[in-house]
Amino acid sequence: MSIAPLDTDTPELTPTFRFQWEEAQNCWVILYPEGMVKLSATAGEIMRRCNGTSNVAAIIAGLEAQYAATGLGKDVRTFLEAAREHGWIRYRAA
Amino acid sequence: MAGSATAPLKQPLWLLAELTYACPLQCPYCSNPMDIAAYKRELSTDDWKRVMQQARKMGATQLGLSGGEPLVRRDLEELIAEARRLGYYTNLITSGVGMDEARIKAFKEAGLDHIQVSFQASTEELNNLIAGTDAFEHKKEMARLVKKYGYPMVLCFVLHRRNEDQIRDILDLAVNLEADYVELATTQYYGWALHNREQLLPTRAQIRHAEQVAKEYQDRLKGKMKIFYVIPDYYEIRPKRCMDGWGSVFLTIAPDGTALPCHAARQLPGLEFPSVREHDISWIWNESPAFNRFRGLDWMNEPCRSCPEKEKDLGGCRCQAWMLTGDAANADPVCDKSPHHRKITDVVERVNALAGKPEFEAKPLVFRNMKNSKEITHLSEPESA
Repeated sequence: MSIAPLDTDTPELTPTFRFQWEEAQNCWVILYPEGMVKLSATAGEIMRRCNGTSNVAAIIAGLEAQYAATGLGKDVRTFLEAAREHGWIRYRAA
Repeated sequence: MAGSATAPLKQPLWLLAELTYACPLQCPYCSNPMDIAAYKRELSTDDWKRVMQQARKMGATQLGLSGGEPLVRRDLEELIAEARRLGYYTNLITSGVGMDEARIKAFKEAGLDHIQVSFQASTEELNNLIAGTDAFEHKKEMARLVKKYGYPMVLCFVLHRRNEDQIRDILDLAVNLEADYVELATTQYYGWALHNREQLLPTRAQIRHAEQVAKEYQDRLKGKMKIFYVIPDYYEIRPKRCMDGWGSVFLTIAPDGTALPCHAARQLPGLEFPSVREHDISWIWNESPAFNRFRGLDWMNEPCRSCPEKEKDLGGCRCQAWMLTGDAANADPVCDKSPHHRKITDVVERVNALAGKPEFEAKPLVFRNMKNSKEITHLSEPESA
């Protein structure tokens, strides 16, 4: 059962995964035992902000500023929930 | 160019570094070649660093450190550190024999990402019989330490007739050791495993049971432990897409520096596999005749050539085609469209008819070690003469 994150939740990369820029692929990737997921440009920008210090509200605000857009909250939360289900991110205990 | 004229050649994503053929275990299903005793001159530390740098530059992200037993190499920590510096995701594929807490810690500090520990069975007795060494308790201890140091852990069990019925115990062991991933690897019949095929091939009833149990655990442990289980290709009627295409994702470097599109490919006749001692990875991957030999679809014989499924399975495994039909450009005989399909079904039927009968089971397994390698491949004769 998936639960959408709260504005005050602070996501971070799960230590058993690696997130890095791949020059040859020209994209951000998630690496794990014997596997790799290539991320879209926007997914990469969200993951980049899952640094254990920015909360969900700050991540959304940062992206809206970067893309000069509004109303990105729903898409960001949907991605974060999928990322948590894959185990890529976890939420820091408050 | 062998591939399609429009698509650019895919670059390697996986570098499998077989650091050595030396191994303290003697598993009779080892996928190393039978003539391991013939390869003495291993690549140096600098050779491996050069290979890693060149492959990384081409876009390889996953690095497998394998063997033989990679722990035998004393420069392992140094190679891991170089891999980390280059940005690889580094996988150590090991039996755990030769590992201790100090080394697990040192690997972590050097930047190792993941450790895969292989088990041979779920009980001490069978594990040690198959491995040819007293390793079971040590492996369990190593698995606990892998978790303690925060690595993601894959446990690998190679399944065959002697341990297939232990599947429930095997999965319970994995749960108990808190594995993140379990690979229930089916024995692939190359090298030593082909030599021992009749002693290793599971029966149809065993496969059905194993599949059922694997499914049950997959459902139960969803989100906690990922379980990979694949039905042995001998029980299929369509072949597997081998290595995701020849020279398309995987680059294997053997201990002596021979570059291979797959770790079993060395046996294929008429191909000269290039060495990293003489060529750079870019030439090997993009230009060498061996890596281009089975790219694309133009090399195919019938029935693959006119088959509507040819792009799906790419004709299956080239090594299996060579070993069982005598022509590496034939369809993998796992396919029931192959005129050689009986080469598979005859063995399957024979094993299903005879498995469990004392006289059939009495034939001993041939263990993978240097002595047997020399005897089987007649390497010892010049020395003893």
